[in-house]
Amino acid sequence: MIRVVLPAHLKTLAHVTGEVRLEVAGPEPATQRRVLDAIEARYPMLLGTIRDRHSGKRRAFVRFYACEEDLSHTAPDAPLPERVVTGEEPLIILGAMAGG
Amino acid sequence: MSGVRVLVGTRKGAFILTSDGRRDAWTVDGPHFGGWEIFHLTGSPADPDRLYASQSGGWFGQLIQRSDDGGRSWSTVGNDFGYAGEVGEHLWYDGTPRPWEFKRIWHLEPSRHDPDVVYAGAEDAALFVSHDGGQQWTELTALRTHSTGPLWQPGAGGLCLHTIILDPVHSDRIYVAISAAGAFRSDDAGASWSPINKGLRSGEIPDQDAEVGHCVHHIAQHPSRPDTLFMQKHWDVMRSDDAGESWREISGDLPSDFGFPIAVDANDPETVYVVPIKSDSEHYPPEGKLRVYRSRTGGDEWEALTHGLPQSHCYVNVLRDAMAVDTLDPCGIYFGTTGGQVYHSADGGDTWAPIVRDLPAVLSVEAQVLP
Repeated sequence: MIRVVLPAHLKTLAHVTGEVRLEVAGPEPATQRRVLDAIEARYPMLLGTIRDRHSGKRRAFVRFYACEEDLSHTAPDAPLPERVVTGEEPLIILGAMAGG
Repeated sequence: MSGVRVLVGTRKGAFILTSDGRRDAWTVDGPHFGGWEIFHLTGSPADPDRLYASQSGGWFGQLIQRSDDGGRSWSTVGNDFGYAGEVGEHLWYDGTPRPWEFKRIWHLEPSRHDPDVVYAGAEDAALFVSHDGGQQWTELTALRTHSTGPLWQPGAGGLCLHTIILDPVHSDRIYVAISAAGAFRSDDAGASWSPINKGLRSGEIPDQDAEVGHCVHHIAQHPSRPDTLFMQKHWDVMRSDDAGESWREISGDLPSDFGFPIAVDANDPETVYVVPIKSDSEHYPPEGKLRVYRSRTGGDEWEALTHGLPQSHCYVNVLRDAMAVDTLDPCGIYFGTTGGQVYHSADGGDTWAPIVRDLPAVLSVEAQVLP
């Protein structure tokens, strides 16, 4: 079970409160891409809000944090930290601080 | 008695203002989508409870919202605005080629007849259509791939397709306007397009007769006289009586040559409203006086409408999609400002009053008359 914290605007869009819990099953390692695929499958209204619908690239002002590290520039297919995979720590998706 | 619903898009959400047909007591509902930019909020002429909203933001991109109950509830619909085929290049501000890149939807134009059909004008300039209530979008590629496309250059607000007029008589005729490419017309439902910019004069392009490159701000049409178009552009107010084939200036005695919105009175196709703004750099009302100007002669002769509007220390702007008329008699006129006021007149512009004063900066205003 992977825990994901969405930014407030995306929680509102997806009609969720609190953390999202997702199963990312299978023999392949859990990665950013697989977690985002699972989020978008469950909440299709979030398509295009976290990553570009066509290129798959993270939107410029969206960041990924976990285990006190900034994973925003980690390759989408790199395995997530073990503590995220086990559900011990959440993957935090947030809107970057920008503007006033 | 019939009612009026005014749909307001702002920098920080959508607001819905309602009144009965007297238009003297208003209810303000909102914000919907708080914190998001609502570039445009509009309703279907065929079903006034079918609303569409263009919701966007720098963080999370473009979304389209749809309501089937007049704005009481909303559903996210499709936001796949991919440019079809090979994506070409247009000119950037510095004159270098730059690939087309989707940024946002500026304007939504529902069909006059089918609430599930809606057109969307994009930045970078492109026209999309949905036939299923906004779930799926298809680009009408002949516009973006027009032979002049590589010469299109953005205005200060971006290379935006901001005006869409679906002709009420010729079912396959569509007008669009793009800053700063100009106006275009299709007579075959978007399969092909012609620039319609003859007679426009634009001070900052070297060739005044250029086919494209004109900074059109908005175009308005009265449904009873569809071949007559009124245009507010960067430099001058213009009129065409031949479906855009030629234009003549009707600025007359207006106090500036600049402004964004333009609207035609619902009850008289020769009565036109504009809001002069001081340019090129200030973009606020001349002399700090917020004045709507009305022409009852189809242009050239204008009168300032000031009663109820601030006549000192007013430095707001009124953006291109932020003025609308209702279809009651006398005509109701509505406009929103970048200072967050929404003003209305229920007597054809003779007197004005604020419906609400302290919204976020207003991006769009539309008016619906309800049964």
